Formats: sequence, C-alpha cells, structure tokens
Amino acid sequence: MTVLQDWLGFLPQLASGLWVSVVVCLAAIVVGLPLGLALALGSSAGSRALRWPAIAVVEIGRGAPALVVLQVFYFGLPSAGLTLSSTMAACLALALTTAAYTSEIIRGGLQAVPRGELEATEALGMSRPDALRFVVIPQGIRVAIPPLMGFGVLIFQATSLAYTIALPELLGRAYSIGSSTFQYLSVLALAGLMYAAVTIPASLLTDRVERRMSRHLA
Amino acid sequence: MDYVGPIASGIPMSLLLTVLGFAIGAVGGIPLALMRRSRLRSVRFISRSIIELLRGIPPIVWIFLVYFGIGNGLIKVEPVPAAIVAFGLISCAYLAEIYRGGLSAVHRGQWEAGVALGLSHGDQLARIIGPQVMRYSIPAAATYAIGLLKDTSIAFTIGAQEILFFADSQAKQSSDALTPYLVAAAAYIILTVPCAWFARSVDRRLRVRIAS
Repeated sequence: MTVLQDWLGFLPQLASGLWVSVVVCLAAIVVGLPLGLALALGSSAGSRALRWPAIAVVEIGRGAPALVVLQVFYFGLPSAGLTLSSTMAACLALALTTAAYTSEIIRGGLQAVPRGELEATEALGMSRPDALRFVVIPQGIRVAIPPLMGFGVLIFQATSLAYTIALPELLGRAYSIGSSTFQYLSVLALAGLMYAAVTIPASLLTDRVERRMSRHLA
Repeated sequence: MDYVGPIASGIPMSLLLTVLGFAIGAVGGIPLALMRRSRLRSVRFISRSIIELLRGIPPIVWIFLVYFGIGNGLIKVEPVPAAIVAFGLISCAYLAEIYRGGLSAVHRGQWEAGVALGLSHGDQLARIIGPQVMRYSIPAAATYAIGLLKDTSIAFTIGAQEILFFADSQAKQSSDALTPYLVAAAAYIILTVPCAWFARSVDRRLRVRIAS
C-alpha cells in the first residue's frame, strides 16, 4: 500500500516530465524525418558532390552514440560560440540522430521499389523529380513505415539521455525526486513503468502494422 | 591532439562493458527464446512480458535502477558491475528476439530429420537446430553488439570510467569543451567500423554451414 501511496505522490511531477519527453521526441522526429528523407535521396544521388557529404553525415550520425551527440550540442558547442538551451540542444541532437538513422531506413524503402517502375516513368516521359515525387517516394515510404515506427520508439527512449543535460524530462524528474526522498528504487521503477506504458503499446502497434503491410507484398 | 591519449584510455572499459554485457545476454537469451516457443501459454506470456519490459524501458533507466535503486539500500553496488548487470539484462531480451528469428528461419525438415534419427527433443535442439540458429543470428547479433558498444557510453552517467567519462573530464578541465567530445565521437566511430567488418566476414564463413 505504501508503495502505491508513494507513487500517487510522485505521479504529478513524473507526468509533467513524461510530457517533456514526448514533446522533445516529437520535435526530434518532425525536424529529423524530412532531413532523413533528404539524406536518403542525397546518399543515393548520382552526383558525387551530393553523395559523399550525405554519406558522411549519415555515418557520423549513426556511428556516434546519441549521448555523445547530446554532450557535443549542449556542452561542446558553447566553446565554438553557440550556446543552446537544454531543450534546444536535446531536440537538435536527437533530430540529427533521427535523420541519420531514418535516412538508412528510407533508403532501404526506396530501393525496394522495383526498377521497372522507374523505367515506366521514363517511358512516360516524367521528369526525375516527378518520378520521385509521384512514384518512388510514395511507395518507398510505405515499405519504410514499420521500421520508422520502430525507430520512433527508440528515439522516445533516447529522450531519457537528455537527463544528462539538465532537461527536466521523465528520468530527470525521477532522479531529482530520488535524491530528495532517497526512494530511488520506488520512483525509478515508476518512471520505468511509465516509459514502458508508452513504448510497449507502440511496439505492439508496430508489429501489427508490419504484419498488415506484409500482407500486400509478394 | 592532447586529448586523444586520455580519452583512448577509456576504450578498454567500453569494450569490457560491451563484451560482458553481450556475453550475459548471449547465454540468458537462450532460455528466454525457448520459453517464447513453449507449448504452455503462461510460459510464453511470462517470457514475452520479460522481453517487452527489458526492451521497453530505456537503458539509462535500467542502469539507474540497478545502481541507485538496488545499490542504495542493503547492498552496495559499484558502477562497473551495475552497468554490466544492466546491459546484460537488456541484452538477454534483444538476443532472445534475435534467436527467435533464427529459430523460425531453420528449415522444418531439420527438426523432422532429428525425429527420424530418433534424437530426443533436447538433442535435436542442442546438436542440430541450435548451431544453425547461432549462425543465422550472427548478422543481427553483430548489429546489436555494435549498438551495445555505443550504449555503453551511458555508463558514464554513474561514473564508470569509459570513453565518454574521460572525454567529459577533459572537457571540464580545459577551456575547449568541444574537441574532447568530438574525439570521443570519433573513437566510437573508429571502434564500430572494424566490428562491422569482422561480423560480415564471420557471417560469410559460417553461412556456408547452414542447411537450406
């Protein structure tokens, strides 16, 4: 009983932390996803001047841990004359990670579009941008949706790393409650369950969408 | 350039956390994967719940739960063992799912052949199916290990002396806070490239020994 009473007491603070986590996660996706699409097109472009920078951004964004990218944006960039708030740094750092990972997912989706479709657009005399816009991207994105949803779950989890840059998200709130009440186990367990309450339904939904989509593939 | 030496001294700890965490998962994932295919609904439910909880809660929360949650009361837990336990637990869940994929990839005829030879269920698993599952699992497991190496950077938050820990202390000692973190990022990228290359070559060699 006492655990539940404690949890009821922690809940309001943790809930407002969860809200911060969700907002940062959404901001990272809103900024990162279009960037990911651009990087996907860039890294499969014919021109070398376009391809190499895109590949470099993708490899760096995927190779460096999200936690390190966060430290670079929050603690590192002020040395280069650019100071960001912790919210801004968290959104931008996670957006960069999102862009790098989603670009590979989207690229895989675009490559899954049969070559014959591209040839058909040429036969119809469509310009290359039109072919991308009306034929390749709509189909490629559809293939990429389940892995993109899976990545969304991961980036939501990654918002917990922003605790290290003093962002008052869910883990940050839980830790500060823990250090003032010394009930670390109780409050961290509740925070963990709150993360799980978002991620587990999201993963189940992802599985369902994946099964649903694969029904239409040969 | 002065930063490279101190930051590189964190590499062994990063690798240690990765290898031990992965090893715990490689063993602990086996019973979880088998339970996932149990005939009993309740057993399947239990393993599924364990896997979903381990994967659904962020790694940093697991580390804090082990280090501050459990280590705060009766038992004293040092940062490194706490990180190993946390990464080991998470790895169990991810590798169980990878094994599950491998199990369903092994051709049904392999089980039937085991039955035809009069092997017990345990022998079929241990001698025929298991080795092939391991080979199927290599690419996914390697990808996971590379992800785990990057995740070990989280152990810096509880004071384990790995790459990011040294980068952080360098950044706080000097006026230039940017370079140490960039060196740390480079260290992770440099470490993961050979890992990916090694995994691909192992996969190529073992792929030959799978019945199709």
